[in-house]
Amino acid sequence: MEKSRPLWDNPLQFVFACISYAVGLGNVWRFPYLCQMYGGGGFLIPYLIMLIAEGMPLLYLELAVGQRMRQGSIGAWKIISPYLCGVGVASVVVSFFLSMYYNVINAWAFWYLFHSFQDPLPWATCPLNSNRTGYEEECEKTSSTQYFWYRQTLNISPALEASGSVQWEQALCLTLAWLVVYLCILRGTASTGKVVYVTASLPYCVLIIYLIRGLTLHGAVNGLIYMFTPKLEQLSNPKTWISAATQIFFSLGLGFGSLIAFASYNEPSNNCQRHAIIVSLINSTTSIFASIVTFSIYGFKATFNYESCINKVILLLLNAFDLEEGSLTADNLNEMKDYLMATYPQEYAQLAPQIKNCSLEAELDTAVQGTGLAFIVYSEAIKNMEVPQLYSVLYFFMLLMLGIGSMLGNTAAILTPLTDSRVIASRFPKEVISGVVCFMNCIIGLIFTMEAGNYWFDIFNDYAATLSLLLIVLVETIAVCYIYGIRRFEKDLYTMIGCKPNWYWKIMWAFVSPLLIISLFIFYLTDYILTGTLQYQAWDATQDDSISG
Amino acid sequence: MLRALLLILSVVAIAHAELCKPDAQNAFKVRISIKTALGDNAYAWDANEEYLFKAMVAFAMRRYSSKSATQISNVLLCNVTDRVSFWFVVTDSSKNVTTVPGSEVEAAIRMNRNRINNAFLLSDKTLQFLKITSTLSPPVDPPTPVWLIVFGVVLCLIVAGIVFLIVSGIQKHKKKNKEPTERENLEEKVEVTLENGIPCEALDLKAGHINGVFAADDDRFTSL
Repeated sequence: MEKSRPLWDNPLQFVFACISYAVGLGNVWRFPYLCQMYGGGGFLIPYLIMLIAEGMPLLYLELAVGQRMRQGSIGAWKIISPYLCGVGVASVVVSFFLSMYYNVINAWAFWYLFHSFQDPLPWATCPLNSNRTGYEEECEKTSSTQYFWYRQTLNISPALEASGSVQWEQALCLTLAWLVVYLCILRGTASTGKVVYVTASLPYCVLIIYLIRGLTLHGAVNGLIYMFTPKLEQLSNPKTWISAATQIFFSLGLGFGSLIAFASYNEPSNNCQRHAIIVSLINSTTSIFASIVTFSIYGFKATFNYESCINKVILLLLNAFDLEEGSLTADNLNEMKDYLMATYPQEYAQLAPQIKNCSLEAELDTAVQGTGLAFIVYSEAIKNMEVPQLYSVLYFFMLLMLGIGSMLGNTAAILTPLTDSRVIASRFPKEVISGVVCFMNCIIGLIFTMEAGNYWFDIFNDYAATLSLLLIVLVETIAVCYIYGIRRFEKDLYTMIGCKPNWYWKIMWAFVSPLLIISLFIFYLTDYILTGTLQYQAWDATQDDSISG
Repeated sequence: MLRALLLILSVVAIAHAELCKPDAQNAFKVRISIKTALGDNAYAWDANEEYLFKAMVAFAMRRYSSKSATQISNVLLCNVTDRVSFWFVVTDSSKNVTTVPGSEVEAAIRMNRNRINNAFLLSDKTLQFLKITSTLSPPVDPPTPVWLIVFGVVLCLIVAGIVFLIVSGIQKHKKKNKEPTERENLEEKVEVTLENGIPCEALDLKAGHINGVFAADDDRFTSL
């Protein structure tokens, strides 16, 4: 006798699981970057349009398919059409790729979290050089936070080819990260359902704390004004719309099979239409919320750096011309510079290369995304706050929750088809299958803990999932609308939920979303073909800057 | 008599001026940032402070080479600016017109840097001897890195959780195998609940599985 399918204890667990999966690191570190690059407040317009045009319909589609077919991705697509089980397999493979490299981020978050329990924070100051007369040279040239990230965390090698050895500290953290994921998925929905209460709600608590702290920081307003002034001319740039579409698409995690897996554990009468709307709206709102926090932090960091720069210039001038302390301030700096240039032209000319032009806009303009934002910019801002240990612990714990929430979805996408298939599930219990998957991923993930690991990580992050997902979701939409038939799908939804989808959903599913995806797909293909040799950013220890390789 | 005295004094003054001037041999530049260090409690730099400085340098020289009898008058200050920065040399007490080698002065000041700083309520950064690099104090390094301790704690908790869940799962499995009849009853209940919750005709549910192939086939045949 077959076991009945495990279910979520209540619909709230399902909603939390979807939110926990969809709200991930991309909301925190990619959306603020896009906002900054493509027109500030004006970026919200294409973003919301894309949410309505492709985000909500595609999310509803995946949830409905999962809930109706009550199988993981392979089984669900096999039911729609036996020729389409390849779509399911593709989803599983992409999820596997993602879980390989994504957990390394959690390992890094653990590393920073464990290092937050020290006073002072290890990334606050540079370490001393061997004869204790000054600071390490590599650290002097950049900043202490960059040094901590590139040297003490990653121990990065100069190029992709120089693989180096596995860093045992990172390997330990990676193992711990996989053990945590294993603990959460061990019992399937019984354990996952409890964990998602924490992973979905805790990031919001931390974000609210950071919002309050961020808004009260000195200089935060500069960042917010900079972000929210809309630069509407960016709307005419096609890249803006493409970035908005891409961001919505990947932020919701479509095409991995995780949403289908989660929805398959639903009661068949669950109102997935309402849940789809709720999840997509919460996801977008979280992105905007996180970018408010990020921009106040940016503003604080930029103002702090600007003021340090001015103070350095003042000190330089005071020392060179032996002026009285306090005679040069930020306000009279420009007049005094002119006066000194006129009175001591020769000495001033000698000093001129060292006198930097400090500009607040230049500091704000440094747009960073990805691990650079999460681990360098934020840690730099945190070290300058009061009680930095507390904020550091909160922040990295939040990153951990976001990352683990997404990992739960990924592993669910891999495990649900495996546990559904009778061949495997009859021989091994669920715990063994989960254990084997986690173990294999952990071993493969050790590549990313090597010295060149961050370069591999960048490669996987940029190229592992992009095109494949677009293709998968395109085939999914066409399969449901045209192969399965939109009328049959309508009827299924009516039986499940009790109301037929209205014309908005049908038009989006049948025409708008597929067209959008096709145009995105064509754009990315031509972009790859035109770029030719792909490049990556390498860290040059002698110059301490990123160079293209 | 007076003239002789004046002559000697002027000779000494000129000699001193030659010994102590910017970039002279064995001379060191000192830069003091009182306002940066003390803010509102800053004191003014006047002749008394200069006297104290000379005294501290003489003290440092005495401590360094205990046989030397350096006097306050052996320390010469010159070119005091508003910044507050000045140059100083230490003359040899035995031979009046020469200066103590720079290396000795440097070593003496290095040895007593802490005392000199404290006398002026300043630190290495705010009382700078420009050619004398200060030895930076190393950060406190605990024998076991702190992060390993936290890591160990978290690791033990997680492993304990995993072991507990696995063991309880195995026990539950054993209980299930011992009582198959109870399992049958449970499944029937589940079936009943499902059937009650949903209109039965459209979905043929059997223990939670939809035989989708059959449902698909039905539709196809009816439309023909």
